Amino acid sequence: MTVTALLKVHRRKLLFVLAALLLIVWFLVNAANIGPWWERNGVVLRQAMVTGLLIGGVYGLVALGLTLIFGVLDIINFAHGALLTVGMYITFVLFNRYGVDPYLAILVTVPVLFVIGAVVQRLIIHPARNAPTHNQLLLTLGLALFIENLLLVIFTGTPRSIRLAYGRGPTDLGLFTMDFPLRLAGTTITMTKLAAFLFALLLTGLLFLLLQRTDLGKSIRAAAEDKEGARLVGIDIDRINLITFGLGSACVGAAAALVLPFLAVDPTIGNTFNITAFVIVVLGGMGSVPGALLGGLVVGLTQELGVVFLPSSTKLIGVFIVFILALMFRPQGLLGRRT
Amino acid sequence: MRIRRLPLHRDYLVLALVTVVLFVAPLFMSRFLISLAVLVLYWAHLGNAWNLMAGYAGQFSFGHAVFYGIGAYTSTVLLVDYAVSPWLGMVAGAVLAALFGLVMGYLLFRFGIRGHFFALGTFAIAEMVRLFATELEFINTSVGIHVPLVGGDSWLRMQFEESVINYYYVILALFVIGLVVVIAVSRSRMGYYFQAIREDEEAAAALGVDVLRYKTLAVMLSGALTAVGGSFFAQYFLFIDPTLAFGVSVSVQILLRPIVGGVGTVWGPLVGALLLTPLAEATRAFVRTPPAFLGVIQGRAGVDVMIFGAILIIVVLFLPHGLVGAGHSLWERVRGAEATR
Repeated sequence: MTVTALLKVHRRKLLFVLAALLLIVWFLVNAANIGPWWERNGVVLRQAMVTGLLIGGVYGLVALGLTLIFGVLDIINFAHGALLTVGMYITFVLFNRYGVDPYLAILVTVPVLFVIGAVVQRLIIHPARNAPTHNQLLLTLGLALFIENLLLVIFTGTPRSIRLAYGRGPTDLGLFTMDFPLRLAGTTITMTKLAAFLFALLLTGLLFLLLQRTDLGKSIRAAAEDKEGARLVGIDIDRINLITFGLGSACVGAAAALVLPFLAVDPTIGNTFNITAFVIVVLGGMGSVPGALLGGLVVGLTQELGVVFLPSSTKLIGVFIVFILALMFRPQGLLGRRT
Repeated sequence: MRIRRLPLHRDYLVLALVTVVLFVAPLFMSRFLISLAVLVLYWAHLGNAWNLMAGYAGQFSFGHAVFYGIGAYTSTVLLVDYAVSPWLGMVAGAVLAALFGLVMGYLLFRFGIRGHFFALGTFAIAEMVRLFATELEFINTSVGIHVPLVGGDSWLRMQFEESVINYYYVILALFVIGLVVVIAVSRSRMGYYFQAIREDEEAAAALGVDVLRYKTLAVMLSGALTAVGGSFFAQYFLFIDPTLAFGVSVSVQILLRPIVGGVGTVWGPLVGALLLTPLAEATRAFVRTPPAFLGVIQGRAGVDVMIFGAILIIVVLFLPHGLVGAGHSLWERVRGAEATR
């Protein structure tokens, strides 16, 4: 093989190596400065990493819903974030009007969002199942516009937040007491973010078990793998599509209740989550469940570290850079397969 | 087979007719109707630009605001900071948008990004540019830029405080130019390549079409036309900020009209704009003074966009080829019925 041919075949790998080399050179050049720099910024960095990982768990759950829908129905759901906003408003109203604890509200938001997702699939997505891809994208885009602005009409644009009565100071957790916010190596961990992270991991795990261990999960995976093959072995694809869209929406229902204790809701908040979830799904590999979780953690970290490193007040800048890089170099995702 | 090209295509004839009608029409319209017509033509122009890329070359962009914003900001910054006439600024914006389209299109297409991922990529790029714009000092960050008022009318500054009709003729000219470009392109070799790529990229490549090159060209052309619309908006509205220029809602509004009218048809964008723009204005008026039983929505923002969302869903579900497409197939059916009789 000639050198040019080799260059051609391994172009992407070479680019990676080049980028890595540049990074190493940068480190070497700055080696003398890194020590004092770490002294000054170590705590800020550690805090950013902890916060990033915690929020990344929730992002993973949101992205999991999106990736499930993409894997089975083969559409990018632009309304995913809008459904999350719906979930947040449900939680807000339950808390504000009826005093329902947001963590208990999961029991309401998950089934409600499942039903909303299933209805949306049946009424809007299903009739267009044979239409060109971009038409299906447009449908979800139209739905996102509709939901977002319906919420704007109902609740106006004022951000709404809730304040839990517990979670600050010593908290009795039944078996033991914990003093919130936790202090860990100079970082601060609030109860709400820790709870969101743990619940998100738990739910992701449950969904993973459902997909791996149950007949329904096997049918969903079969449909994602090969629609025609699944149909041939007697799987009701229409039913699987319906359930998958419902499950994907239920994921944001849970995530919505988890983030409301530390994040104010307004009608456009879903956009941020939507874009973040897109990035995670592209990064983790379309349709990959572990990829969604890994991607969530990576994007959470990137977002928080980006605030420290990049001269920008917007959290999404770092995430976007990752997105463009992922689209260019690994459109199949970190854990995805080449198609 | 040689494709027979008529010296003057029917579309040009219709365009000439429409132009004459639109030229004379404002003489019989009130000030309010003229300002409505300005908006109709403005949206038709933007839809036209989008249609060139999505309808003819098959590259669905969900982030056309990026070109629009580049146009709006280029002419405005040149005018405010360097006292350059918006006419030149408009051209500069178009060139800049085309260059941006070249880089963006090349990068995205080079790595085989298409379909879903292309829509997603354009969407993300527009959002990214918006976020950068909110932090750029020389375009006054998220505060936005006011175009200084000259008081009265000035052709040089493209500002017509007294006679809206001048704005009307400016946008009419832009619209006609844009439509001529689309018709000319659609009937040129390049246009046939575009359509071949839209129908089947692999097949087009196998037949020797330089897919990467022509897809990028489509993005550049469409971007330049969109930027011109953005410059016009800045001069008409006299204010620009990152959300108005690069926001998601701009991208959605741009693609909405050609989709309702008919993607990939010459007249789709105009038909869509004729239908949706008055509807948007009527909705806003309705929300300002709703009937008693709907008193709660009084003054609430979002009703118009909510209706747009619903229209988008309904059109895509029931008229996937838009109004023009539906009208065309109805016409074909009528003709078919006559022919078999």
